[in-house]
Amino acid sequence: MRSDQDKWQKLMLALFMVLLVAGCATTHDRLLDMDTSQVQLRSIQTRAFDTTDKEKTMRAVIATLQDLDFIIDRADLTLGVLSATKASSMLRVTVTVRPRGDKQLMVRINAQHGLNPVTEPKPYQNFFAALERAMFLEAHQVD
Amino acid sequence: MAKNVPEEALALKPESLQQRQVQTRRFETADEARILAACASLLQDIGFSIDETEIKLGVLTASKDRSAQDGKQIAAAVVLMVFLGVQIPIDTSQTMTACVVTRPIGEDRKYYAVRVTFQRVVYDDRGLISKREPLTDPRMYQGFFEKLSKALFLEAHEI
Repeated sequence: MRSDQDKWQKLMLALFMVLLVAGCATTHDRLLDMDTSQVQLRSIQTRAFDTTDKEKTMRAVIATLQDLDFIIDRADLTLGVLSATKASSMLRVTVTVRPRGDKQLMVRINAQHGLNPVTEPKPYQNFFAALERAMFLEAHQVD
Repeated sequence: MAKNVPEEALALKPESLQQRQVQTRRFETADEARILAACASLLQDIGFSIDETEIKLGVLTASKDRSAQDGKQIAAAVVLMVFLGVQIPIDTSQTMTACVVTRPIGEDRKYYAVRVTFQRVVYDDRGLISKREPLTDPRMYQGFFEKLSKALFLEAHEI
């Protein structure tokens, strides 16, 4: 009788531990950022501009990032890729610029803050507001 | 998941225009590569190593590691240790980064704006980061542009 109760308690404890560990994100989840909706995030992070001048667009992005106190870590015109960091606020961003149809360019930025991806819309809205001013062009929402 | 990115992240601050002025000069040349080459050798003169260049976008990033020991901070740490028995971390090293960006002004690309920004990350004696900050002292920027102006044989105009 006594040993049955012991077994039961041990089983409950083991079950509790398993549930506790299972609640944690795995490396796989973190690598693929499984906890955010990727479609929604893409639309928050992306805008289209009515220009096909990739160089000018990328230079405007660089100027904007510099205005925001970022240091440019990587830049590649051919690939349309830029990476930058702002040490003072632990922000890291990557910006890609690529054609959308034959009349527009699409600018996408993703940011991480410390150990977390930035998934709120506001910081991205701020960035595109600053970029619009540098481009003298309106940023269009992309679905 | 902790979400602590400030609302105003990635937003322009009122003082960014003023900073841009301190960090930017205009040169009368159409030769962007010459400006970047002069910047590269100037940064080399002051001990930086080049980390990234993309001449087609006018980007040049360089960094250097230096001591961050500060006599005043060490003195304060010693006083606290001796009188209160409290051990406080002291700064030991820092990585300083310089980022130069050139940009054509106007459609005919006869002038180029050169903007340089400096920042540093400081580590303490436990190997932890104690400071991350942009370097904003205007004298650093003046000094940089004076040297660049000499290297290019061109006058540096404020924007």
